[in-house]
Amino acid sequence: MILQDFIALAPMLDLGAFCIITMLAIAFKRHHATIAVFAFMSCLLTMATLPWAATATPRTVTALLVVDGYALLYMGLVLSATMIVIGLSYRYLKIHFREQEGIEEYYLLLLLATFGGLVLTVSAHFVSFFLGLELLGLSLCSLIGYVRTRRHPMEAAVKYLLLSISASAFLLFGMALLYFESGSMTFRGVGMVVKQVQTVPGLWLGGVVLVFVGVALKLGLAPFHMWIPDVYQGAPAPITAYIATVSKGALVALLLRFVTDVGALELPSLVHLFGLLAVASMVTGNVLALFQQNVKRLLAYSSIAHVGYLLVALLAGGAVAAEAVTFYVIVYCAMTLGAFGVVTVYSREGGDAERFEDYRGLFWTRPWLAAILALSLLSLAGIPVTAGFIGKFYAIAAGVDAGLWWLVSALIGNSIIGLYYYLRLIVTLFGEEPAPATLPQGQAAQATQTAGWTTVCSLGLVASIILMVGVYPEPLMELIRDSVRNLLMVAVQRP
Amino acid sequence: MVLWLLILIPMLAAPLAWIGQQWSRHAARWIAVGALAIDLCLALLLWSQDRSAQPSGHGSWLFESQTSWIPRWGISLHLGLDGLSLVLILLTAFLGLVAIVASWTEIQRQVGFFHYNILLALGGVIGVFLAIDLFLFFFFWEVMLVPMYLLIAVWGHTHRRYASFKFFLFTQSGSLLLLVAIITLAFLHQHATGKLSFDYADVMGLTLNKEMAWWLMLAFFIGFVVKLPAPPFHTWLPDTYTEAPTGASIILAGLLAKTGAYGLLRFTVPMFPEVISDFAPIAMGLGAMGILYGAVLACAQTDIKRLVAYSSLSHMGFILLGVFSGTELALQGAVMQLVAHGLSTGALFMLVGALYERFQTRDMRQMGGLWGVIPRGASMALFFACASLGLPGLGNFIGEFLVLFGSYSAQPFVTILASIGMVMAAIYSLAMMQRTFFGRQHETRLAPDLSNVAFGTLLLIAVLQVWFGLYPRPVLSTTKPAMEALVQPALPLPNLTHPLSESLPLSNLFTSHVSTP
Repeated sequence: MILQDFIALAPMLDLGAFCIITMLAIAFKRHHATIAVFAFMSCLLTMATLPWAATATPRTVTALLVVDGYALLYMGLVLSATMIVIGLSYRYLKIHFREQEGIEEYYLLLLLATFGGLVLTVSAHFVSFFLGLELLGLSLCSLIGYVRTRRHPMEAAVKYLLLSISASAFLLFGMALLYFESGSMTFRGVGMVVKQVQTVPGLWLGGVVLVFVGVALKLGLAPFHMWIPDVYQGAPAPITAYIATVSKGALVALLLRFVTDVGALELPSLVHLFGLLAVASMVTGNVLALFQQNVKRLLAYSSIAHVGYLLVALLAGGAVAAEAVTFYVIVYCAMTLGAFGVVTVYSREGGDAERFEDYRGLFWTRPWLAAILALSLLSLAGIPVTAGFIGKFYAIAAGVDAGLWWLVSALIGNSIIGLYYYLRLIVTLFGEEPAPATLPQGQAAQATQTAGWTTVCSLGLVASIILMVGVYPEPLMELIRDSVRNLLMVAVQRP
Repeated sequence: MVLWLLILIPMLAAPLAWIGQQWSRHAARWIAVGALAIDLCLALLLWSQDRSAQPSGHGSWLFESQTSWIPRWGISLHLGLDGLSLVLILLTAFLGLVAIVASWTEIQRQVGFFHYNILLALGGVIGVFLAIDLFLFFFFWEVMLVPMYLLIAVWGHTHRRYASFKFFLFTQSGSLLLLVAIITLAFLHQHATGKLSFDYADVMGLTLNKEMAWWLMLAFFIGFVVKLPAPPFHTWLPDTYTEAPTGASIILAGLLAKTGAYGLLRFTVPMFPEVISDFAPIAMGLGAMGILYGAVLACAQTDIKRLVAYSSLSHMGFILLGVFSGTELALQGAVMQLVAHGLSTGALFMLVGALYERFQTRDMRQMGGLWGVIPRGASMALFFACASLGLPGLGNFIGEFLVLFGSYSAQPFVTILASIGMVMAAIYSLAMMQRTFFGRQHETRLAPDLSNVAFGTLLLIAVLQVWFGLYPRPVLSTTKPAMEALVQPALPLPNLTHPLSESLPLSNLFTSHVSTP
C-alpha cells in the first residue's frame, strides 16, 4: 500500500475511525444531543474527504476495492442520505424514548450501517461485497427493532433477519458456483470466463442468477419482495427511510458495477430474465399498492415498483443506462426521504402516523408538511417540475435508445397505475379535515408534534433538491456523467 | 424576454395570491386579476406590433427567445411566437379573467390557494402555446395538469374525487405516450445527425421512414386528442367538466381543450407529412363522430352542465375536422372555432355556474320559467345558446362554416355528416333554453340576478362574439401565415375537386357573406 491508496480510501478510513470514536464517546458519556451531533459530524467530515479522495481515483486498492468517481458519487449519496436520516431521527427518538434509556447506540448502528454501504460502493470482489452487505444488514436488523417497546418493530426485525440470512445463502451459493467456473472472486475475473469460451457454462449462468437473486432480495424486486411491506411498516419511520435510500442506493451501486464488470447484459438470456423481473416488479408493486390503506405500506409497494423502473434503465445497457440508473437512484433517494420524513415528523408517541385517516386535511392544518409530502408523491409519480420527472425521463430515454419497447411500454402503463394511488394520498391531504371533536381525548395534543429545526432543515433540503433537480437538472447530470465515465473507463481497462 | 414575461407574470403572481389571502379575502382575487390584465395588455401590445414580415411560423417567428437549459440532452429554453400562438395567448389571458370573475362569489373557501392554482395552470397553458422545444413543451404541458387537478379535487362538486382522478389519469396517459414519441424523435435526430436535439426546427427537418412516422404520428395524435377530446378518448370530459367548479370548467373547456388542438396544429400535422394524408380521413371521421356523438348525448341530458359539456365535445369535433382537412380555409375555420368556442363555452359555463349558485341544482327538470326570476342571466343565456348553435353573425358560425366549407373538398361525405351536428346543436341549445328559462315556473323562487361585474363580463364576451361574427379579419389575418405554412408542404389533397375554394381569397369570402346577416 502506498500513500495514494490511503488517499483513495480516505472516506472509508475516516468513517471507520469515527465509528470507533463514537463508540468510545458513548461509553464515556451518554448524552443524546452530543452523540447525534457527533454522528452527523462524522458523516459531514467523511463527505469532506470525498474531493480529496477524488484526486487519487480511479484506483484499485488491493484486489478487493475499486475507488473511482462512480464509487465516490454513491458514497456522497449514502452519506448525505445518512445525514438527513440523522436529522430526522433526533426528534423522533426524543418522543419515543425517555431520558436515560440508552438511545445513543442508535447513531452508532447508523454509522456502522453506512460504513457497510460505503464498502458496497467500492467493492469489486465477492469478499468485500459480502462483508459490506452483512455489515449493512446486521446493523439494520438492530435498528429496525430499535423501538423495542412496540410490537411491530420486533416483528419487522425478525423478518429482516430471516431475509438477510436467505439472501446471504443465495449469494454464497452463487459465489461458490462462479468461483468454481472462473477460479476468481473478483467481478472482472468472473466476467473473463464468458469472454474466453464459446458457450456460456450453465453453472456460471446459475451463479450469476443466484447472486442476482441475493441482491434482488435485498432490493425488494418482485418476486422477492414479500418482506418489504412488513418491514417498511414495522420499522421506525426514519429507519424505513434509511432502508429505502441508503441500503438501496448502495446495493444499486454494487449491482451496476457487478453487471458491468461481469458483462451480464451481453447475454440475451439474462437480459430477458431481468426484463421479466422488471415487469413483474413494476406490476406487482403498483397493483398491490392500489389497495393499501396504510401510507407506509403504500410507499413500500411503490418502492418495489420503482426498483422495477430502475431495472428498465439498467437493462438498456451502455453509458446512458449507467447515467440513468444513477440519476434515478439519487432522485429516488431524495423523494423517498421527503415522503418518509413527513411520516416521521407527523408520527406521535403511540406509533407512526400510518393510516390515510391521519393525513386527511393535513394541508389545511400543516400546509408546509403536506406540501412536502405532496411534492414527494408527485415526484414519485413522475410529474414535471419535480426531480422524479427527470428521473423517469432518463429511464424512458435509456429504454427508447436501446429499443426496449416492451419494457418502456410496461413502464408507462405502470406509471399510470402508480399515479392513481399517489393521487389518492394527495387528495386525502386536501380533504376535509376531521372535526376536532371526533378525536379521542388527549390524542389532539399528541398529534401536534412540532417539527424541530433538525427536521425542518432536513425536509427543507430534500424539498429544495427535488425542485431544483426538477427545474435545472444539468449540474447533476454533468456530475453523474463525469463519474460514470470513470466506471466505464475502469471497465474498459480490463486486462 | 417579453415571451418569458408572459409566462412568468402569472406564475410569479401565483404564490403572491396565496400569501395575499392573509391580508384580505379579496386580495388574492385582485392579484390574480392584475396579473392576467398585465398579461393581456402585454399580449395586445405584441399583437399591435408590425407583422408585415409575415412569419410563417415554421422556422421564422414573430418573437423568439432561446437560452440553454439542459445541453446534455440538447434541450433549450426555446420560445417562439407566431400568429397562432398570439391569438391563443390572448384568449388565455381573457378567459383567465373570465374564470376569476366567475368564481368571485362561488369560491369562499381557501381563496388564496384557489387563485394560486388558477394562475399556475394559466401560466402552464401560455407556456404550452409558446414553447417550441419539444421537451419544454411537454414540461409546460404537464405543469398545467397538477393545479387543474387540485382545482377539481378540492373545490369541485359532489363527485369531485372521481372526476379529478379520471381527468388526471386520462390526460397523463396521453401525455406519457407523447413523451415517448418526443424522446424517440430526439434519438432519431441523434441517429441521423449525431446530435441530440429536442428543438422543433431540428426535429421538423427529419425524414422518417413510413412505419416510424406512422407510429410517432399516432402517439402525437392520441396525446393531443385526449385533451381535445374526440371519441373514443373523451370519456373523462363529461364527468370532469360537470364536477369542476365554474372557474375550472371555463379553463378546462375554453383553454385546456385548445392546447390539444394547438398541439395538433403545431406538431402532429406539420411534423409527419409522410403519413398525414393517409391518416386525415380517419381523423376527420373521428371529428365527425365527435360532433354527432356529442350532439346526440347533449340532447339527452337533464343536467344542464353536462349538456354544456357534451355540446363542447360536439363543437370540438369541428376543430378536429378542420385541422385535418388540409385546406387553408378549414384550418382558418378551426382557429376561428378555437377562439369562438372558447368564448361561448366560457360564457355558458359561467351562466350555468351562476344558476347553480342561486338554485343549488343543475337538474333542468327542477328549473323552468326562470326568465322572470333572473332576466339578465336568461337573456345572456339565450344569446350564448344562439352563439353555440352557430347563428350567423356570431363567432361560432364563422368557425363552423369555414370548417365545413373547407373540408367539403377533401371529404364530402364526412362533411355532410358533420353538418348534421349544426342542426342538432340548434335542438339541444333551444331545448336547454326552453326547459330552463321558459315554460311553467317549477316553484316560486326568488334569487338575485347576475351581479353587475358578471353581467358586464358576459356583455363583453357577447360583444367579442358579435365582433368576430361580423368582422373576423383581425383573427384570421393574424393566423393566416401560420396556416398557409401548414397547408403548403404537408397536405397534398387526395382529390382536389374544387381548386376554386382554395384559391378564393379569404377577404372576398368574408365581405360576401358577412353582409348576409
